[in-house]
Amino acid sequence: MISFILRRLLHALPLLLAVVVLNFLLIAFTPGDPILLLVGDFPAPPEYLEQMRREYGLDQPVWVQLWRYLAKVVQGDFGFSFAAQQPVATLIVERLGVTLELTLTALVFASVGGMVLGVAAARMRGRWPDTAIQTASSAGYSIPDFWLGQLLILTFAIGLGWLPSQGNSSVRDATEGFAGWLDHMRYLILPAFALSLRYLALITRITRASMLEVMGSDYILAARSRGASEWTVVVVHGLRNAAAPVLTVIGYNVGFILAGSALIEAVFAWPGIGRLLFESISRRDYPVMLAILLMVSATVVVANLVTDVVHRLIDPRLERT
Amino acid sequence: MTAFTSPPMDTAQAGPPPPVYAKPGFRQRLLQRLGTRIALGWLLLVLLLALAAPLVTAYDPLSGGDNALQPPLSAGHWLGTDDLGRDIWTRVVYGTRVSLAVGIISAFFAVLIGVVLGAIAGYYGGWADALLMRIAEFFQTLPRFVVALIVIAVFGASLAKMILVIALLSWPQLARVVRATVASLRQSQFVDAARVAGMGHGAIILREILPNVAAPIIVIGSLDIASAILIEASLSFFGLGEPNLVSWGGMLNDAQQYLRSAWWMSAFAGLAIALTVWAFNLLGDALNDALNPRAGHTP
Repeated sequence: MISFILRRLLHALPLLLAVVVLNFLLIAFTPGDPILLLVGDFPAPPEYLEQMRREYGLDQPVWVQLWRYLAKVVQGDFGFSFAAQQPVATLIVERLGVTLELTLTALVFASVGGMVLGVAAARMRGRWPDTAIQTASSAGYSIPDFWLGQLLILTFAIGLGWLPSQGNSSVRDATEGFAGWLDHMRYLILPAFALSLRYLALITRITRASMLEVMGSDYILAARSRGASEWTVVVVHGLRNAAAPVLTVIGYNVGFILAGSALIEAVFAWPGIGRLLFESISRRDYPVMLAILLMVSATVVVANLVTDVVHRLIDPRLERT
Repeated sequence: MTAFTSPPMDTAQAGPPPPVYAKPGFRQRLLQRLGTRIALGWLLLVLLLALAAPLVTAYDPLSGGDNALQPPLSAGHWLGTDDLGRDIWTRVVYGTRVSLAVGIISAFFAVLIGVVLGAIAGYYGGWADALLMRIAEFFQTLPRFVVALIVIAVFGASLAKMILVIALLSWPQLARVVRATVASLRQSQFVDAARVAGMGHGAIILREILPNVAAPIIVIGSLDIASAILIEASLSFFGLGEPNLVSWGGMLNDAQQYLRSAWWMSAFAGLAIALTVWAFNLLGDALNDALNPRAGHTP
């Protein structure tokens, strides 16, 4: 197992490196002065421009520049955002918490809901609930999540007035403690649902397919013939064995949910990384954009790594391959 | 790739021939489900609207009139008007052009790259295979939407760049499928036979092997169109669409500020995206079932 993890790590490192190189190439091959790209469109003092030119060694060959860029990134130095008057790393760390809250809520909801619906559809295969779940999941997979967000705002915030739609807490009557948390939760519901629907649909579909495959196997028949309860058969014997492909799909999508939060945060004015990306694009704040790209890609690589290890742990048959 | 022939009949046996049950052909299998027929109908409608846009509306999609924010069913504007007084129906109709163009052209190039690289990797194996598959893996690791967003933000918005970026980010899935099939067919008898007959590598790949990969190409191509349309809409929603073209995603961007006063600015453009993407996804699923009658999930 240890050697497997080490092998996967060795596999993941070049991917991470490639992401950093891609970032570097985006800077290096952009029309215009790359330093202006690194600094952004906002007025920066000429001394800073000079300092950047020296630090990135623009008079040096490309590979020296790449090396210096790498060294900076490894040290967590993503430059300074003149638009926000803050180091890029600080900006991102500040916003990371609220984005993780949104994406993890969406991920958990999509995973639990998807597995429940998938199992239900598989159990009722061919009957109308199965058809309904399958139709709904293919629709849910196709609806653009940012439009779903607008629809939810139109329905639940503007039409019915049940839930707030912009931001992540009430500014005017800010409350502490449990009431404050409850207030915050009300803000979380709509964006988390909008972000999760696509993945809810995907996980439903995978769970259904995987369950159908497992439920036809001999050990299910054996469990049934022993008189095991339906719950034991479906959940203990069925879902546990059907879980591996489902968990893989969940793990492989962690980074993509994080990326998708950009659109959702723009729709709901959720003050996280995605909103930061949206703002940095509209004010052409390149250092922030590139740092976010790096962060999201790194998340995908790490999430895939963790997924492979977990997959291996729950399915020992892979050991032999 | 044609349907398999019926087993040879025992000619010695006398008597009436056994009843022939018509095997459902490709078209019947494809159109079996109501959902697929509706999806195809919708896509046909969208295509017709894209081609005949100036014939179905009298308005200019880019310039507005005096009647801003008119609700649907108001005089002369049955889907209403937007904040600049532009007719929503006209904009939805012209929006079909960008969605279909980006969807189809970028999927075409993604398929082209995927087939070529997948075939090379699968046929030749060795280091070319290892290298190409690592590159494919790298592209699959990248969060497509964020990369496309930043590339367009850095290099400037245009339809051609958008198509290029989406195609470059979308080929790996098909490349992997093509590679797997080609690698498994490389050693098969009919390929050996072609080789013995003196066929070159290129001809073997093109004429002997690739026809066997037609099914996944068609299926994944259809799904690629759906996801390309979604990415285009997302980019335009972020304000990175080409400014002089009407795009459904761009319409949703305009709508965001007017959700409180003009729901129709969001509703129709979003519905158009959702239905078109859904139709291409359903078509992909139906093609998959129709082209793989044995492996397809039975209803």
